[in-house]
Amino acid sequence: MVKHNYSKAKYLAYRILKYVIVIIVAIIPIIPVWLMYSWLISQSFSRTVILGIVPSGFTLSNWRFLWSSITMGLKTYPNVWPIVFNTLFLSLGVSALVVFISSLGGYALSRMEFKGRSQLMQFILALHAFPSVILLVALFILLNKLGLYGKGIMTLVGIILVKAALEIPMATWIIKGFFDSIPWDVEWAALVDGCTRFKTWRNIILPLVLPGIGAVAVFSFLSGWSEFLLVFTFVKNESYYTLPVLIYHMIGEFKEINWGLLAALGLFYMIPVLIFFSLSQKVLLRIYVGGIKR
Amino acid sequence: MVRVRLDSVSKYFGKVRAVEEININISDGEFVALLGPSGCGKTTTLLMIAGIYKPSKGRIYFNETDVTDVPPKDRNIGMVFQSYALYPHMTVYENIAFPLRIKKVPKTEINHKVKEIAKLLRIENLLDRKPGQLSGGQQQRVALARALVKRPDVLLLDEPLSNLDALLRVYMRAELKRLQRELNITTIYVTHDQIEALSMAHRIVVMNEGRVQQIGTPDEIYNKPANTFVASFIGTPPMNLIPCSFIEENNSYFIECSAIKLPLVKDVGNLIRNNISSSEVILGVRPEDIDIIHGNEEGHATAHVLVTEPLGRDVVVTTDVGGNIIKIVTTPLKSPTPGEKIKIKFRTKKIHIFDKKFGKAII
Repeated sequence: MVKHNYSKAKYLAYRILKYVIVIIVAIIPIIPVWLMYSWLISQSFSRTVILGIVPSGFTLSNWRFLWSSITMGLKTYPNVWPIVFNTLFLSLGVSALVVFISSLGGYALSRMEFKGRSQLMQFILALHAFPSVILLVALFILLNKLGLYGKGIMTLVGIILVKAALEIPMATWIIKGFFDSIPWDVEWAALVDGCTRFKTWRNIILPLVLPGIGAVAVFSFLSGWSEFLLVFTFVKNESYYTLPVLIYHMIGEFKEINWGLLAALGLFYMIPVLIFFSLSQKVLLRIYVGGIKR
Repeated sequence: MVRVRLDSVSKYFGKVRAVEEININISDGEFVALLGPSGCGKTTTLLMIAGIYKPSKGRIYFNETDVTDVPPKDRNIGMVFQSYALYPHMTVYENIAFPLRIKKVPKTEINHKVKEIAKLLRIENLLDRKPGQLSGGQQQRVALARALVKRPDVLLLDEPLSNLDALLRVYMRAELKRLQRELNITTIYVTHDQIEALSMAHRIVVMNEGRVQQIGTPDEIYNKPANTFVASFIGTPPMNLIPCSFIEENNSYFIECSAIKLPLVKDVGNLIRNNISSSEVILGVRPEDIDIIHGNEEGHATAHVLVTEPLGRDVVVTTDVGGNIIKIVTTPLKSPTPGEKIKIKFRTKKIHIFDKKFGKAII
């Protein structure tokens, strides 16, 4: 009996120790992230911050960019919303274009037999390796010739094209993987049931790869939302600046940095990302099980 | 209702020959089974009839119409896949309604037809579920309902029972047969299970390595196998095939194997002599056509019992006859014990002789 109790206690202690170690290991990497976010939040709502995390003096004045004018360089904006609109225009445009092309291209790569298919796939993967920095000069010439440089909103359209082109290779690969996981039987069943190839894709295949499309949509939206270099390089008219460029100007101009404003702007910059993630989370997690028995 | 005709249809995948020179005539309302081992080309043949694969050579006709180049959607076929291939994102109702919805049938009519077919297959209570929430047997019925709801001219079934458990399979076998008879739809059924083929089909097409081995009624396939492949594929346990030689002695004919010398009737002997390419033949005899005897009779053989497998009603006895393994089916009452030496005799009227070189049946 005694022996039994002893081993039980030992077992319990071992289990507790195991969990304590796991928790410690899990918490350590979170601490710096947590510290940064807490600084960001407390900084944005307070006049001064003591020791980096303790806020003092509640104020909303750091968030004044939402309703009052902000100055960037020579341009003064009535408030932040035109810039938000530009950013949304850019990122939604990239997202839509990437989803449209990669879902069609991914299907073709996954399902259709044609000459040079595997070479094409390798080529697409190689395309993904190009960083946009080394393409800047070439892109400048290209956009200029296409009349997509310095032409107001068309400049942003040009950037959408460039950004989407950089995102499409990887997105196509990701979606191809999702198409690959759908058995041929399901597609054949739809063909027998009276669908054309396109209707099959539209009615049966596309709903089944929604998680993949969701993933690609989120990632391309985020990459558009956070795009800095292309906008910074190609957009010279301040009316078409985006949020990352605005944040850059908050730091980079020859003036004293207003940390409170910067923190508030940073938080504001995060909000759509959080919204987009929480909306698409369901789609990302919805993976169909069953219906297909192998 | 249509007749289906395959006219020397072949299919190659690159250099791989999947199906070679297939000729099949299927009449109105007939239930035909394509039977063969895995990879024999039976599913490829079915997919060609469905229009999913295009034949490399040959034509396919529905009645007198050449449908070789007609896409699947215009062939009015219903198909059940081995994996059922239900649409996982749709409910059972939507799955069954899908073929009608694509045809733009009015909503009330769709509703009526889906309810009707669901009743026929006894799945009315499952209509709101998703395929993922169904058991294998239920999924199978839904797949069948989806195939039947549009009143197809031809029903194609690709191993529909192979994913069901044994009891359900026996039940669905009878159920499918009943449905086919009631609806009178030309049905082509792919299976590797000879029991399914023998019990359900009007005619069976036995295939191997992309070629048709024999087409015939279950009775013909079982009792008159066209070659050694069909003989060894059909029956549990399959036919005993023993390499023998055909000899002529003093104007009478014998089949001689290592430990057996079987006298033949004159007519049979003449028939064999005129049809073989050499004296090398294969003797085929079904396990149930071998009797265990007591005393000496002409043409009997001594067998050494290796194993007995009691199967309830029957006992399968595996014996060694002069180096050849011969299986015998007998009743439990007559069952010998392993190690015993017994005397066996083939029922001469039931034996089959195959040409060794070509494997072709002679009698």
